[in-house]
This record gives sequence, C-alpha cells and structure tokens, in this order.
Amino acid sequence: MPSVAMTTTTIRLQVEDFDAAGEAAAITRGRTDIGAVVTFAGICRDHEGGACVRAMTLEHYAGMAEAEIASHVEEAVRRWPLVGVTVIHRHGRLVPGDNIVLVVTAAVHRGDAFAAAEFLMDYLKTRAPFWKREETPAGSSWVSAKKTDDVAAARWTRGGRDAAE
Amino acid sequence: MRILYFAWVRERVGRADEDIDPPRSVTTVLELMDWLAGRGEEYAHAFAGRGTIRAAIDHAHVKADAKIAGAREIAFFPPMTGG
Repeated sequence: MPSVAMTTTTIRLQVEDFDAAGEAAAITRGRTDIGAVVTFAGICRDHEGGACVRAMTLEHYAGMAEAEIASHVEEAVRRWPLVGVTVIHRHGRLVPGDNIVLVVTAAVHRGDAFAAAEFLMDYLKTRAPFWKREETPAGSSWVSAKKTDDVAAARWTRGGRDAAE
Repeated sequence: MRILYFAWVRERVGRADEDIDPPRSVTTVLELMDWLAGRGEEYAHAFAGRGTIRAAIDHAHVKADAKIAGAREIAFFPPMTGG
C-alpha cells in the first residue's frame, strides 16, 4: 500500500484552543493502513522551578514560525515513513491547564510515529521562533532556554539519528 | 533593510521593528549588532549580551558571521522557548 508519497501534513499557528483527539481522528478517518498514531500535547503548568506560574504569554515571529515548522515537518517526513503529521502551536496568553502545542504523527508502525513526534517536539523547543513570558506572584519574566532542550535536539543531528532509525 | 526584534530584545530596544541603512562597512550579522549597539543607550543595553542573541535572515536561522548583503529582513531574538 502506498504511504510515504501520501503524507498528509497540517500546520497551524493560532490563538484558539485545539482538540487533540479530534486532530488525531482527522488523520485516521477513512483510512485502514495506519497502525500507529502518537499524539503529544504540551500543556501550560502552574509551576516552574519551584515558582508558581499564573499565566504565560507566547510571542512568535509570524512568517518565520510557519516556515521553520514546515521545514522540520518535511525533515520528519524524509526521515520516517509517516502517513500523517499535524503540528499546532498556540500563541498569545495562556493560563495553567491550557493547551500550548500539539504534535500528531501517524505511521504504519509505532516506532516511526514515536520517533517523529519526539524529533518534532525537540526541534520546536529549540528552533521554532516562539518565546514564553511567565507571570508569577513576583512579576513577569522571559523564560530562559534550557540546556536540556538543546541536548535533546542535538541527539537527532549525528549519531542519534542512526540510533533513532 | 527591515530589522525585527523579539522578546526581551524588543523590550530593551523599545520597538518591534524599524528600517535601517547601515554603512557599507557593516557586512555580517555580528557587525550589524555592533553597529546597532552604538545607536543609543537602549540598543547598547539590548545588545550587551550579543553572544546570546540569535539572528535570522529572511526567516532562516543564521550564525553571527553570516553576510547581510541582499537581506530584506533581519530579526534579532533570544534563544527560543516554544513548544
């Protein structure tokens, strides 16, 4: 059955919320060749490094954000035989419990779906032009980039790639 | 050329975007940051830690030694924290 040539990709940047289950269902609807769907949702939590977080505001670089996500979705499709990929990233002000980001990957087998979803999230964290500003009881401040995110993204560039495949 | 600033770089500079016309001696992203830093107190403050500031030319990430010739839009921003 054909699959690689028919990868369905959806990328959206939006202020509005998204429906993770609905987006996953949209990929598999009417198809019987998909054996695995991985759905990852990043959610705004109420604490960071011991501090209480009341809200966060996500700023993004319109134009570049779409292009950067699209190039990484293309890269994921090149690396793994995916049937479908959906990436949705929200921007604007979010409060704890709100959805931030959604990655859905669908493939014939789970290994490809898991790997592609992790790859996309690692790259969204470190390469997609979004910046979080957190509101805490002490005031608001820009979130610092985490070294652990850079390390996670780096594993896809050299030896990590072979290991993942 | 059009310059865009994001997150704390935008806040420190005090504006989100502007059109500039740097001298011809400014040929790389790093030289552009040096030149911008000399434009006033707020720019000096924004670009004081230019080792940590990232740049993009026409929507593509670039390193500090990238040439700016032919660029339409150059953006400066802190390391990204999306996802």
